[in-house]
Amino acid sequence: MQLTSDRFKQQAQKALVDAQLQRALLNVEKGFIGKRQMAADALPEFEALRDNARDIKNHTLAHLDLYLEAYEKKVTEAGGIVHWAENAEDARRIVLDICRKAGTKTVNKGKSMITEEIDLNDYLAANGITPVETDLGEYIIQLRGEHPSHIIAPAVHLNKEQVEGDFRRVHTHLAEARDLSEPAALLSEAREVLRKQYFEAKVGITGANFLIAETGSSVIVTNEGNGDLTQTLADVHVVVASIEKMVPTLEDTAQILRLLARSATGQDMSCYTTYSTGPRREGDPDGPKEYHVVLLDNGRSSMLGTEYQEMLRCIRCGACMNHCPVYQSVGGHAYGSVYPGPMGAVLTPSLNGIEKTGQLPNASTFCGRCEAVCPMRIPLPKMMRHWREREFEKHLTPATARYGLKLWAFFAKRPKLYRLAVSFGIPALSALGGTKHRFRALPFAGGWTRHRDLPAPEGRTFQQQWQQREALKQNVDQKRAA
Amino acid sequence: MNQSNTPTSGVSVDSERRPRVALFVTCLVDLFRPSVGFAAVKLIEDAGCEVHVPAAQTCCGQPAYNSGDKADTREIAEQVIEAFEGFDFIVAPSGSCGAMLKKHYPELFAGDPAWEGRANAFSEKCHELVSFLTDVMMVRDTGAALSAEVTYHDSCSGLRELGIKEQPRKLLGAVDGLTLREMKDPDVCCGFGGTFCVKYPDISNSIVTKKTGNIDASKADMLLAGDLGCLMNMAGKLKRAGSSVEFRRVAEVLAGMTDTPPIAGSGK
Amino acid sequence: MSARDSILTKIRQVNVAGSDDTARKQAVAARLSDSPRGIVPARGQLPDSERRALFEAMAQKFAATISSVADYSDIPRAVSGYLREHNLPADIRIGDDERLAKAGWDKERTLEIRHGASDGGDMTAVSHALAGIAETGTVALASGTDNPTTLNFLPEHHIVVLKASDIDGDLESIWDRLREKFGKGQMPRALNLVTGPSRSGDIEQKILLGAHGPRALHLIIVDE
Repeated sequence: MQLTSDRFKQQAQKALVDAQLQRALLNVEKGFIGKRQMAADALPEFEALRDNARDIKNHTLAHLDLYLEAYEKKVTEAGGIVHWAENAEDARRIVLDICRKAGTKTVNKGKSMITEEIDLNDYLAANGITPVETDLGEYIIQLRGEHPSHIIAPAVHLNKEQVEGDFRRVHTHLAEARDLSEPAALLSEAREVLRKQYFEAKVGITGANFLIAETGSSVIVTNEGNGDLTQTLADVHVVVASIEKMVPTLEDTAQILRLLARSATGQDMSCYTTYSTGPRREGDPDGPKEYHVVLLDNGRSSMLGTEYQEMLRCIRCGACMNHCPVYQSVGGHAYGSVYPGPMGAVLTPSLNGIEKTGQLPNASTFCGRCEAVCPMRIPLPKMMRHWREREFEKHLTPATARYGLKLWAFFAKRPKLYRLAVSFGIPALSALGGTKHRFRALPFAGGWTRHRDLPAPEGRTFQQQWQQREALKQNVDQKRAA
Repeated sequence: MNQSNTPTSGVSVDSERRPRVALFVTCLVDLFRPSVGFAAVKLIEDAGCEVHVPAAQTCCGQPAYNSGDKADTREIAEQVIEAFEGFDFIVAPSGSCGAMLKKHYPELFAGDPAWEGRANAFSEKCHELVSFLTDVMMVRDTGAALSAEVTYHDSCSGLRELGIKEQPRKLLGAVDGLTLREMKDPDVCCGFGGTFCVKYPDISNSIVTKKTGNIDASKADMLLAGDLGCLMNMAGKLKRAGSSVEFRRVAEVLAGMTDTPPIAGSGK
Repeated sequence: MSARDSILTKIRQVNVAGSDDTARKQAVAARLSDSPRGIVPARGQLPDSERRALFEAMAQKFAATISSVADYSDIPRAVSGYLREHNLPADIRIGDDERLAKAGWDKERTLEIRHGASDGGDMTAVSHALAGIAETGTVALASGTDNPTTLNFLPEHHIVVLKASDIDGDLESIWDRLREKFGKGQMPRALNLVTGPSRSGDIEQKILLGAHGPRALHLIIVDE
């Protein structure tokens, strides 16, 4: 997708006045927040599992080269093929080659953020191969020519009436008079339409939640079953996964699985957790005849050893965006990047450079709720601050903000001068506030007073009053002594 | 509930000397709401401490820190540490400034041989006001009385960086005549976020609108919080809408100092 | 340099720096061979008497239905009963699992049985689970001729037979079973952990059952 993160502010403003979007965004709170809390509260070991999951990923990242080699060996032993891709372009080309060799005109896709990251759909379509998204949410946004606005709920920005409109527009072979007013009817229709498609594509592409070094398995976690149909019914299963999906053992997946669904949707376990190891075996009645893994770097190895390394622990549960007041206000599309919300605000600058994405780590109140719910204990606010530091160092911060900050810092570093300035300024400002003790408008405070009044200072500063009090006390003490 | 009018304190006042506490006033309290500073002084003194206010203080450096200006932040932090490290405790009437001193100064100087040790020692002594009263001085009742129905907003830094949640509620529970009416989502951000609210005023407005809706729905007639920035944001929003809810820093109520006009005034 | 070498070199430059590479290799080899367990929730370690109750409660929480039979010979009748109860045609798809084959399907004379992978035309399939997982109410199914994977996803109704003694407490017990059956480091082509029928919340975050996989999941627990 076209990166438009440099227009975050304008996009956010549009989102804030989009009544349809604002109505849909209410579903984020209803659908995720209470459910996650209940699921986490119901598992006494939840916090300890978070610590352990963090440690597992830290260990894996510190030994990533060795685990990748071990993983590749096991995939190969199981009859699968590992393709290494340094960047998006390499990965797209590898997938296209596989599709061409399979002689397919269409490919099915399970839900995968990594294929969004590498813009796979547009590339395949431009090369004459039609990609079909099979996850309900992904299917809907594909019909609309949109990108996911949430990493696990791609169509969370839509209401059912919009989906009905899209289905009527595209599914013209079905009776016009049919009733699509309820979500259940929409789901049934998508199920019917996609059922046929599962048998038509020779290639099925999925992402992976984990890659397991011990066994050479890839794991997908879904609720709909579309990912399983995609990979089981195709002749060729292609897994596209970035290198940080690695975990050492089956046991390690069990640890993280106990956090994943609870953090994402509040389920104890998603409906379908599938471990795939190689292609169809001798005598197998079903399953793909070829199994490929495209192991993608695309900037991850450059994050290792930096202050952004911890971001590589992310398991893409979406809890950070569900709980983010900014995301809840503007939705995912305003971010103008593949990954929205707090995890996107950290990851997008790593993948696309801070020059065009600097607004994302700035668009946070640092309320810390993302870090508080992150199952992998990723310090998201801290890393957003690190991006602000990079931005400041590179002089990318807007000039007015920079000079304002410098002026303020000049005084903040000179207490005596500061005292002098505020001891005149503050009482004067207080007097201006009048009997209402607040301002409706004030020069240079438009950012504040556009939506709210500015409380007026009480009068003289604390320090002025305190010094007077101390002087009086000293006088009394001296008199007593005399 | 302890109905006595004298504060109950867990630290014996007649030990060799009273703890020497340096008050980190915070820039917003200094400039906008000095009465919070005096409420803090009263509460700390009543808890059996001696209060000092070092003159060489301006701000904790948060605006620079959160804007990515590390060099200025460090200079300001060094200035604060130098001015305050000689005291037994450093207390700030703010969760976010408290977290800056306690959590972020050590991060700022991590790996710096000249400053790391000093920053860590300084951090050990730093406390947010209410948690200092309850967790260090073991105050259970400040002896205040106020006939009011109040609701309490958990400011983000205090809550999530310093773990302040039950402490203010316990002390408010001991205030004679006060009823606490919890609002929906008291722990969700008000949209202030320091410079965020002027960088992204429209998003901030959307967030604070949800918050003030919850304040209204609580039917409380007073909102209390532990951070002046959040209070100014919520008060400014509700006053613009013509609300009669009053806004005060929790310390003012605990110190029994509610005769000053509330933040942003009392009128509609 | 190949993409593989280039990626691994970049990682190695960071990973090896300042650490003992021999120790790193030993740590990885040890972890892969020892497979340390980590934290197993208390609910995954209940005594036999409580484990089954938890399994059933969790499976029902995720909208699976459950019945139980005394032994395998009761299964054909239970399956027929399920089909009648849900007004389903009297035909099923089934794999080659011996335990199911021996159940004596000829007792149900009107029941038509198809074998092998599903072609998408089956209303109901019957599979035998490798094991159950009490902590989440999950059934584990391994691919192969015994229980083809397509049976788990294509039919509208999926009936899964599970031996009561195969209900484990935790997910980790499944790894033990797999290692016993396939060897350490080896896996069936597909291992499906199934928890309730297929669902989607993609339209207005309302959870609806029957997305792309089965609309109903019925578990028959064999007590023998």
